[in-house]
Amino acid sequence: MTSAGLPAALELIDVVKEYPGLPPVRALDGVSVRIDPGELLAIVGPSGSGKSTMLNVMGTLDLPTSGSVQIDGREVSNFSERKLSAVRSHLIGFVFQSFFLLDGITAVDNVANGLLYSGVSSRIRRQRAAAALETVGLSHRLNHVPNQMSGGERQRVAIARAIVNEPSIILADEPTGNLDTASSETVMGLLRDLNDAGSTIVVITHDKDVAAALPRQVAFRDGRVELDSALAGAR
Amino acid sequence: MTAILDTEQTQKASATPPTKLPPSRLLLIDVLSVGSSGLRSRKMRTALSALGIMIGIAAMVGVLGLSESSQADLRKQIEALGTNLLTVSPGSGFGGGDGVLPEEAAAKISRIGPVEITADVVTLEQSVLRNNLVNANETSGLSVVAADENLLSTLNGALSAGIWLDEATAATPNVVLGSVAAERHGIIDVSGGIQLYIGDEWFTVIGILEPFPLAADLDRSVLIGQPVASELFEVELNPSIVYVRTDPSFVDDVRAVLPATADPATPEEVEASRPSELLETQNAIEDSFTNLFLGLGAVSLLVGGVGIANVMVIAVIERRNEIGLRRALGATRAHIRRQFLTESLLLSLIGGIGGVALGIFVTWIYARSQGWDVVVPTLAVVGGMVAALAIGGVAGLYPAMRAARLAPTEALRAA
Repeated sequence: MTSAGLPAALELIDVVKEYPGLPPVRALDGVSVRIDPGELLAIVGPSGSGKSTMLNVMGTLDLPTSGSVQIDGREVSNFSERKLSAVRSHLIGFVFQSFFLLDGITAVDNVANGLLYSGVSSRIRRQRAAAALETVGLSHRLNHVPNQMSGGERQRVAIARAIVNEPSIILADEPTGNLDTASSETVMGLLRDLNDAGSTIVVITHDKDVAAALPRQVAFRDGRVELDSALAGAR
Repeated sequence: MTAILDTEQTQKASATPPTKLPPSRLLLIDVLSVGSSGLRSRKMRTALSALGIMIGIAAMVGVLGLSESSQADLRKQIEALGTNLLTVSPGSGFGGGDGVLPEEAAAKISRIGPVEITADVVTLEQSVLRNNLVNANETSGLSVVAADENLLSTLNGALSAGIWLDEATAATPNVVLGSVAAERHGIIDVSGGIQLYIGDEWFTVIGILEPFPLAADLDRSVLIGQPVASELFEVELNPSIVYVRTDPSFVDDVRAVLPATADPATPEEVEASRPSELLETQNAIEDSFTNLFLGLGAVSLLVGGVGIANVMVIAVIERRNEIGLRRALGATRAHIRRQFLTESLLLSLIGGIGGVALGIFVTWIYARSQGWDVVVPTLAVVGGMVAALAIGGVAGLYPAMRAARLAPTEALRAA
């Protein structure tokens, strides 16, 4: 899967993240991970292992205390707030455990919000949102509001919102955490399908079974990479 | 699987040296729709929080509209009277006796430079009767006045029928009726050569006057010429009142010299007054009420503004996750700030529009019930909208800044 000529979709080099306090809390302690385009991997670990901080740093929602974060060949660790917003708008798609769909608006409008801050006109946003909903198999739900949909369907709407801006990398934080077994399988199957079609996807989870089903696992403990199955395999 | 994903791969391959990333952008039209989304999804709360501003603006527009409508009505009366009209009458002197103006008072006054025209009237002790057979006490409360021929033009009066006294008609037994006098005698036109019995003489009715807004006494009088009065009733023509019309820029100066000019011997027994002043006093009293109500309106606006600020602070707390989501989708701090500021401005705009409409409605209802012309000052409408928006902006500023300052990681934490 490693495509040597291309830059990494996302690469962390010796990343440290400390939160102020007495003593300071070191949530990430020298983490280096390279994710190539087209990969599907799990970041797995118990709560408190630093995986949520990983999500924030990878998603540019938070900056590292030290170390380098590169997304699609761009060093972002010294970016301004505005430039980080641009990175999130164009290069990253988020999927959250509790979906974070807006209640009052339809599925297609929720998905179109994925393009809201990219300066694209509303007509094109809706067109591309409809296409994304078709990709996740919800073309029959375009005009339903979240309250009229099941949990699994809502998460698929959220996934459609994450892919609508054609990001370099999709970050899914516990995407099955609020779903029953059947819906979980549908959602994970969808992520695999998207990956087969070329998307780079990172699933952050505490669920070892979910992680085990993915091609690569990066296990965290106490802010450090405990095991990276890609590197282990190489050795 | 789909077309979008294929293009994604080709784009990525060609983007090996990273191209410059376009900045996050929120189109202006989207600012409006994003800013109104919170209001649309919570309609009841929107209506209630706009209500405070609406009541405040309605109070101010209503008060200004009503005061403007009533003042317009007063101004209409004053205009009819003219502010440059002065009256001179014998006051009660220090001795308490009835003062008397010299016969030549009017002529002297008309020699004051800025005086444009004067007219005096002399109230006579004669009775007015429909004919010589009725009881001499049945005068219907009307008085007989010997009027100068200038009176009509001095008072800007008008006739509803017939003609006014001129040199010829003033010297012969002719009479012009005040509006009330004509009504009391049931005379509406002068074509039949109607005669009235005044004193011991028959007078022919030649004209009927419209009401004088500034000299209501004359409405209850019948007016005859001064030459015929002195000839038939053998009276001295000491004026009861002299009406003086002056150059509007010298009203006060003229007024100051009127007593001495009219009666150089006993100027302290002469009263010079300005009828339009009475109405202006009335105006001033209404002004102070207007100010009181404006103050109350301002207080309710302030309360409305605090209400909006309160609702916006709550909205920011409640919609933390939405803020986090928007930041994750690429919104900048400025976009978030703009969203909540827009929401607050829209909220106050709704209140402002509702308030102006309500204020105009109240003005319309009340002014109509008073028979006034409905006047809604543009200043009140524009000022009301500006005040509403200013309040919305100020009230929304702190909540919007707070929303923008919220760190995305903080905002995304599950509630």
